[in-house]
Amino acid sequence: MGEVKEVSVGDIGSRAAEADPELKAETMALNVGPSHPSTHGVLRLMMQLDGDSIKECEPVIGYLHRGDEKIAENMTYNQFIPYTDRLDYLAPLSNNVAYALAVEKLANLEVPDRCQAIRVICCELARISSHLLGVGVYGMDAGSWTVFMYTFTEREKLYTLFEELTGARFTTSYTRIGGVARDIPDGWLGRVDSFCKGVVPILNQVDKMLTRNRIFMDRTVDIGVITKEKALSYGMTGPNLRASGVDLDLRKDKPYLGYENYDFEVPIGLNGDCYDRYLMRAEEIKQSVGIIRQVIGSFPEGLYYSEDAKKIFAPPKDKILTSMEELIQNFMLVTEGPQMPKGEVYFEAENPKGALGFYVVSKGGGVPYRLKIRGPSFCNLSILSELLPGHFLTDITVILGSLDFVMGECDR
Amino acid sequence: MSEIEKSELLDRFAYLSERESGDHLAVNCPAEQLIEFCTILRDEFQFDLLLDVTAIDWDVATPRFTGVYHFYSTVKQMYIRVASDCKDNIKPTLPSLVSLYSAADWHERETYDLMGIIYEGHPNLKRILMWDSYPYHPLRKDFPLAGIETPLPAEDVVEQTNLKVSAAPMMGGPFVSSGDGKMSQTEPKAKDESWNEEKGK
Amino acid sequence: MNKQTVAYDSKVEGEVIVTRADAVINWIRKNSVWPMPMGLACCAIELMAAGGSRFDISRFGMEVMRFSPRQADCMIVAGTVTYKMAEVVRRIYEQMGDPKWVVAMGACASSGGMYRSYATLQGVDRVVPVDVYVSGCPPRPEALLDAMIKLQEKIKDENSVKNLLTKHPINKIRKDAVS
Repeated sequence: MGEVKEVSVGDIGSRAAEADPELKAETMALNVGPSHPSTHGVLRLMMQLDGDSIKECEPVIGYLHRGDEKIAENMTYNQFIPYTDRLDYLAPLSNNVAYALAVEKLANLEVPDRCQAIRVICCELARISSHLLGVGVYGMDAGSWTVFMYTFTEREKLYTLFEELTGARFTTSYTRIGGVARDIPDGWLGRVDSFCKGVVPILNQVDKMLTRNRIFMDRTVDIGVITKEKALSYGMTGPNLRASGVDLDLRKDKPYLGYENYDFEVPIGLNGDCYDRYLMRAEEIKQSVGIIRQVIGSFPEGLYYSEDAKKIFAPPKDKILTSMEELIQNFMLVTEGPQMPKGEVYFEAENPKGALGFYVVSKGGGVPYRLKIRGPSFCNLSILSELLPGHFLTDITVILGSLDFVMGECDR
Repeated sequence: MSEIEKSELLDRFAYLSERESGDHLAVNCPAEQLIEFCTILRDEFQFDLLLDVTAIDWDVATPRFTGVYHFYSTVKQMYIRVASDCKDNIKPTLPSLVSLYSAADWHERETYDLMGIIYEGHPNLKRILMWDSYPYHPLRKDFPLAGIETPLPAEDVVEQTNLKVSAAPMMGGPFVSSGDGKMSQTEPKAKDESWNEEKGK
Repeated sequence: MNKQTVAYDSKVEGEVIVTRADAVINWIRKNSVWPMPMGLACCAIELMAAGGSRFDISRFGMEVMRFSPRQADCMIVAGTVTYKMAEVVRRIYEQMGDPKWVVAMGACASSGGMYRSYATLQGVDRVVPVDVYVSGCPPRPEALLDAMIKLQEKIKDENSVKNLLTKHPINKIRKDAVS
């Protein structure tokens, strides 16, 4: 056995040049994307390579910029809800909830307990759904195809639940400002509960396949390390920030939807590497399962919409068809939109990918004057130009997979 | 947890003024003092997370553009909103915060792209969401939702397909409306003359 | 004696099939479609679901998803095509070898869908010729499977030999709005 020399990544070319000036290495330009299987969407990376190691990286985004913010300025508050589905299309329900909460904050509206409980279940199911895909695709990126099949099967079960609740598999448009679209179907909670029971053994299977898997660990441990300071400076949020050791979870720090009533842990990472980011998601799924069980255990009775929201929430259909007042109310709601007070609010919800923020500026009336969407993936990706240099080309798939981004909310 | 009082800030910094807000602590800060104030915010008041940079176009009002920043403190668990008016309506400028927060880099590029605010001192101020040669700033209020006809940069593709950016048809699209006034005059299909593809022939 | 044989025992018939070249070529093509997922947005997730275990696109002989256009002959455009992305879609389309087909999956790819805005291309048929449109936002995986079966039916009736001799008609893009 010869002596194993430590080769530090990123200086192969310069070392070669040191040894022999004739061997001066040229850098090579490499373009990845925007259509590439390992980029999880239409992300483009323009890189300068020295051999196999990345010298420079410039991410190019905007290939999915669809003009959501401009569209929002031309729509009533209710009409925009379907567009929020398509921001983070791996967890549409939690986007719906975040948007509804932001507008409710503007309208100074409280929703009843039952509605909050439904929303919490929605948010956490969305989190599970997103993290399942995140972990599954991450496994696939690191070479473990089986994990993807396991987690995707669980997602299909979730889709069945979503379909039953909302009518669609994942573009749900379920929440309304001041409530949710309809009450939960009979027996749905029981089926959610049995899904929760079923997903835990699958998580253990995934855990066995990945967590102490030598290949997986070799590919992820100490790869893509983001320090606490870097993560904060780049405005990262969500599991990616917590993996770097920052204790920021808006469900704990700025509780909304009554999250303060539920008992759950916020996992915090140690090293901020790709491996920690995987552990973070795996643990968060388990915590979400715990939250859902607590909600089901104490599911409140009552209305699924706010009664104060007369001028905001569409009245029930049977009342529209039978009562004059409701008919007029519905007509006004459709033609002029829910009437909002003047003002500006900023609300963030802890979404699976990070803090999804809505900054709503209202001049009164039914249409937002300005709606800025803060997509967590946008901030999480901005670190790439600093994170990737120094790594090998093959690490890109793992790093991108560990950041778990969605271009829909990055480009908006 | 120590909450910062609004009066504490306003007393200490004479240039700040109170900003109406529906929720968080909000202040107006003149553009000249923005960097100075944000440095103190970050170092002294521990607002370590720059969440969002954006701008509002007030259309006909003066000042027309207002830059808005949202900060969060992971230590104190509180938000602050800092707004700063752009002096010039034609060529709006604000100082860049990239030297303080790396997060400002992409956010400012986005605001420049969509709103046309020039961030002075930004190391790489170019478009981020639209392509480089796109001539407009789409989030400005005078820009129509449907878009304006523009050539595309890729010559070979244009040659083969004759593709260019054309105004999106608004008739038959989602029923949308904006602003105040009569519905028939404010919805995009009424404002947009290129609503019908056949009409262009 | 002189019994007439009605059984099937002709050596000639056993080894020769008389048919049209079109039918053979189309039969081969139809059952070996290699799709390329052009996953752009939300629809890509349903595309993944179609490839997953529950819907299982491989039942129809189309599961060999190739991410390289050079190995694929059917591009599934799944998601919103923006103007910035349009040129990329066209370039990737050109890299595919003839014969090639395009499926526009979902409302956005078919017509711009709910995104009537300055940044969104109003239908991918303005840059590439589309064979099958799938409605829905996003379409269910069954809808995609149906579209793929429709595509197979379309391939079955093509004039393949004629197209072999002439240039494959690839420039059938919609030009009414952009000329």
